[in-house]
Amino acid sequence: MDWVVFVISAIAVLAGALGVVTSRNPVHAALSLVLTLFGIAVMFVEQQANFLAVVQVIVYAGAIVVLFLFVIMLLGVDQAEDLEVEPLVGQRPAAVGVGVAGLAALLLPIAFGKWQWLSGQASVAGPAHSGTEPNVNRLANALFTRYLLPFEATSVLLVIAVIGAVVLARRPLHTERQGLTAREEP
Amino acid sequence: MIAAVAQVQPGQPLQLPHVDWVTIGPAGIFFVGGLAMLLAGVFLRRRVPRGLWSGTTVVIAVLALWPAFHLWHQIASGGARTAIADAVVVDGFSIFIDVVIISAVVMAALLTDGYLRRENLEGTEFYVLMLFSASGGMLMASANDLIVVFLGLEILSIALYTLAGFQQRREGSQEAAIKYFVLGAFSSAFFLYGIALVYGSTGSTNLGVIADFLRTNSLTNGLLLGGFALLIVGLGFKVAAVPFHMWTPDVYQGSPTPATAFMAAVAKAAGFAALLRLFVSTFNTYRLDWQPIVWALAVLSLLVGSVLAVVQTDVKRMLAYSSIAHAGYVLVGFQTASNRGVAGALFYLFAYAFMIVGSFAVVTLVSGRGDTDASLDAFRGLSSRRPALAFVFTIFLLAQTGVPLTSGFLAKFYVISAAVEAHSYALAIIAMIAAVIAAFFYLRLIVVMYMAAPAAEGEEAAPTARIPIAVGAGMSLTIAVGFTLVVGFLPASVFDFARHATLLKL
Repeated sequence: MDWVVFVISAIAVLAGALGVVTSRNPVHAALSLVLTLFGIAVMFVEQQANFLAVVQVIVYAGAIVVLFLFVIMLLGVDQAEDLEVEPLVGQRPAAVGVGVAGLAALLLPIAFGKWQWLSGQASVAGPAHSGTEPNVNRLANALFTRYLLPFEATSVLLVIAVIGAVVLARRPLHTERQGLTAREEP
Repeated sequence: MIAAVAQVQPGQPLQLPHVDWVTIGPAGIFFVGGLAMLLAGVFLRRRVPRGLWSGTTVVIAVLALWPAFHLWHQIASGGARTAIADAVVVDGFSIFIDVVIISAVVMAALLTDGYLRRENLEGTEFYVLMLFSASGGMLMASANDLIVVFLGLEILSIALYTLAGFQQRREGSQEAAIKYFVLGAFSSAFFLYGIALVYGSTGSTNLGVIADFLRTNSLTNGLLLGGFALLIVGLGFKVAAVPFHMWTPDVYQGSPTPATAFMAAVAKAAGFAALLRLFVSTFNTYRLDWQPIVWALAVLSLLVGSVLAVVQTDVKRMLAYSSIAHAGYVLVGFQTASNRGVAGALFYLFAYAFMIVGSFAVVTLVSGRGDTDASLDAFRGLSSRRPALAFVFTIFLLAQTGVPLTSGFLAKFYVISAAVEAHSYALAIIAMIAAVIAAFFYLRLIVVMYMAAPAAEGEEAAPTARIPIAVGAGMSLTIAVGFTLVVGFLPASVFDFARHATLLKL
């Protein structure tokens, strides 16, 4: 069963990753990224790291991809990017080089069985959670007991960030003509 | 002292910690009051009598004094304590900073009323952001956990970024906001990294646990020291200590002047509150490691602030550089790491809040519609146009110079005598030299106000436009000048307050 889930999620991850680099439309690339991130979340669940899975979906698939999409929309979706242009000379070979090096850094320790190359320790294998309690419960426990005040203060912070953004983004209620210079006119 | 996180068995209800609301009362009243004002502002829109929002802000601020007094008496009888799962600490120190912030809010709110009307920006948002920002500062002052310090810092800062950019029609204000925001976010990242390193080396973010750990273990690796350095960078930015001061002149000059007044008083008080609590109380066992850093920051702030202020021709910019120098004096008190030094630093912050809000109140009035002209020339001959305003400004400038019979003199006296007592003679001498350099530009401004020399060739004649003084601004100035003079003559009660405002012994 584990095997089936792994194969399916691995295919989703790889398909999404290929989609990110091959699709010509930036929105499609961003949506392919969601597929990759979601596949990774499934893998986390399979490893019984429930909290990481939830965070993966909320933070990466949710917040970060939405941010990407915002920026893409802001810059204009319909602008066809000319992929032949290289704004920085040699960036394409450099990207390939870095990618290959990164892959090698991951695969070589596995191939030689030398885990300490990656983490400085011989093994980082251990139970994802100790005891009978799922880690989501433990986190919830910490959030509502020792970190109750920081947790609530975070909500205060978010309220203030929203209010600040609204104040800065809204148009002045009653624009006065004499206060505007010619350059500020729309 | 620290309750471990209870291991909850599945099926058992969660044991919520006891929440003692009074302990976060001042900050809570500010936040809830701000929210209520925001909602009221939406429903009432434009049909409000003059000065309603400013008055409401003052009422909210004064209401917040009640839990502060209550807690002060509680501490006097029962001693300092931690509350809400050890996330906050209730001690004289936090109450003192609360009172400093409340005073700054009252004065800034009174000043804002006339300003917003002049700039056609009426509405609740300015006051609401001020209240929120102040609540963050209070949270910082009473934090007993690095995470709470960080959240307070962000609540304080995000509201301040918005206040800096409040005057959307002016380019300078937008520039100030973006500059403050980008650099502030950068400094927050430093602060967070510092928290991570301290957590990594001590195993906790709770200040009490950290202090216990540092007392019983001696760490030899650089991780903790790196954490100290990064925490100092993050908070040094907020208090505008050299070399993290680059943003100060531009932001102070570009922001709406009441926002500058508020920023100067509150951000400095809150930043120093966090610095003093973290270093003097929590990291006290490692003071031989951090004292030299603070020593260097103090010397740099004193000298760079004073020297660069001399060459400024814009009064707002000059006050910005002088605020850097003032941060240097507080650092002198901080560097001693003694009770006397902390009391001196607290007294300085209290006196400074009144001096600086008063000074910027005068600048608000003189610089005119749109904050257009705050140059030295705008102050030329102020004494003949508005003798009272010139006189009041003179008192603030003399207080900032440190002339006897003003609160500023005693503030400088207390921190420098604390430094002498701690055998930091070099620092005390440098502080006095900086005061002499600073006297030059404060006195030059007084000379400009009182001696309107006939315009020399190529110079514009002294401005003659009438300066309207709004009622609120007048009240704000009265409070500030009253405090500066009364404390200058009778410092005992305020200094006793500062002396009893001790940090909780961890």
